[in-house]
Amino acid sequence: MTSQPPTLAGKQAVLEGLPDHPAVKALEASEIGAWNPQAFTDAKFDFGELTLTIAADGIRAACVVVQKAGYNFFEDMTAVDWFPASPRFQLSYHILSHAFKGRIRLRVMLDEADPTVDSIVPVWAGANYYEREVFDLFGIRFSGHPDLRRIMMPDDWQGHPLRKDYPVEGYR
Amino acid sequence: MTENPGAPVLDLPAAEPAGDRRMILNMGPQHPATHGVLRLIVELDGEVIVSVQPEIGYLHTGIEKTCEAKFYQQVVPLTDRVNYLDPLSNNLCYCLAVEKLLGLEIPDRAQWIRVLLTELSRLNSHLIWLGTHAMDIGALTVFLYTFREREEILRLFEAVAGQRMMTSYFRIGGLSMEPPLDWLDRVQHFITTFPEKIDEYSNLLTGNPIFMNRLKGVGYLSPEDAIALGVTGPPLRASGVDIDLRRDMPYSSYEKFQFNVPTSTVGDTWARYVVRLVEMRESTKIVQQALDGMPGGPVKANAPKIVLPDREKMKTEMEALIHHFKIVTEGFNVPAGEVYQGMECGHGQMGYYVVSDGTSKPYRVHMRYPSFATLQAIETMCKGRLIADLVAVIGSIDIVLGEIDR
Repeated sequence: MTSQPPTLAGKQAVLEGLPDHPAVKALEASEIGAWNPQAFTDAKFDFGELTLTIAADGIRAACVVVQKAGYNFFEDMTAVDWFPASPRFQLSYHILSHAFKGRIRLRVMLDEADPTVDSIVPVWAGANYYEREVFDLFGIRFSGHPDLRRIMMPDDWQGHPLRKDYPVEGYR
Repeated sequence: MTENPGAPVLDLPAAEPAGDRRMILNMGPQHPATHGVLRLIVELDGEVIVSVQPEIGYLHTGIEKTCEAKFYQQVVPLTDRVNYLDPLSNNLCYCLAVEKLLGLEIPDRAQWIRVLLTELSRLNSHLIWLGTHAMDIGALTVFLYTFREREEILRLFEAVAGQRMMTSYFRIGGLSMEPPLDWLDRVQHFITTFPEKIDEYSNLLTGNPIFMNRLKGVGYLSPEDAIALGVTGPPLRASGVDIDLRRDMPYSSYEKFQFNVPTSTVGDTWARYVVRLVEMRESTKIVQQALDGMPGGPVKANAPKIVLPDREKMKTEMEALIHHFKIVTEGFNVPAGEVYQGMECGHGQMGYYVVSDGTSKPYRVHMRYPSFATLQAIETMCKGRLIADLVAVIGSIDIVLGEIDR
């Protein structure tokens, strides 16, 4: 009835299991621009999808690296609120490669105290609306974003609706 | 009324220099050419567009938040309401994502019917695009023609799902039920007659000098800009980027179907029109292949704890009754993890990102819808063009506000 592809948990397992994966290789080896391989902290491969965890201050440089490695298309970006766990917020970037016909997920964990991360709009202009949406619904700020305003909710709205401590029915 | 002496005198700014002819024009949110409640703030210099700023959110209903409060199977009807013009693609993408988490294997017949219906759904979406796009340009007749065929497709949806628009026919683990007996013959009848209907639309528009003048050379989008801005689907392929997830990252047994992916390198509104028109012909081919090779067998996965049992079984088997009761009242637990399922819907690349914490309700459901990203490209396409071109461009990127605002 059920079947699952093999799982690789942890960075070491991914490095051994997928040594030729272009994104893993690029992030592990290269020092392009501001990228520091130390910021590549964790990885997993499950459900047939590769997740690479990047330190919060390295996401823009990591995007430049994977873009050069062939992952050329920014597909999607969103956040997950793990309230009350710490770090509270997870950002998931889904990057598609037209050449390899594959997708990777870059993951960034953010603390509740100062949920701020570098904007990747300088790398992919298409991330503009996605970052505005995450700012609006989760209250995560993106430094370097050209136009960080609410996008879905009215400008004078209080709170961030997709946070887990925000009631489903809203405040009445 | 007497004048109020206490009212403050407005401190008006000094008049702009006479040479500056800039004007801010508010278009929408109820403008008939904006396809729903889209609001555009257009800065104009005479009739030339200086900047376009979309203001969205008028249709925001918080569907992603609602999903977190529902059982996995209860999310399926919510997905219809996101992109109401292409309902079955929404159902499919969500079901595929949850099935990936569960590791469910879907029977062949269910997969083929899914392909067949998703292609009909794509035709539905393209027909509405063609009708409204042509209507925006001024060719009113085409709208009546395309809605005639759309009605046929909606009748086919109604026959399988009981609903014309909000189908919810695909369920986690397969289909909700076997299609009615003569349904495949009805699809065959429709798909045999459909290519000549495409010829009809083409005869009305392709050689029409007014339509050509309004579309050719308008709203150019370079492949580099299209990729940078996250544009997908027909607008991306019309800009010369040959990517179609149905062919390149197949799902639901699309790898067993032969079809061409139309592309163009011109990148203007006309190219997007041509690409979609050819895509309709290719969809017809896929539906024909699905009908010709339709396998037999069950339409639901063999997973009694996830898929609702047949009605007949519930009357005779204790186990089935218990499973039914458990699924309806408690839902089913999904293994913890996160998956992203992408697919190609009528407008472009759709994606569902589902995060599970091991319970029977999704921890997070995020929907990537193509119109949201494509809307960002509108300024690039319209800058420096006349305001009349804006209407043509909005039509050509084929947006649905339901999926932008969610």
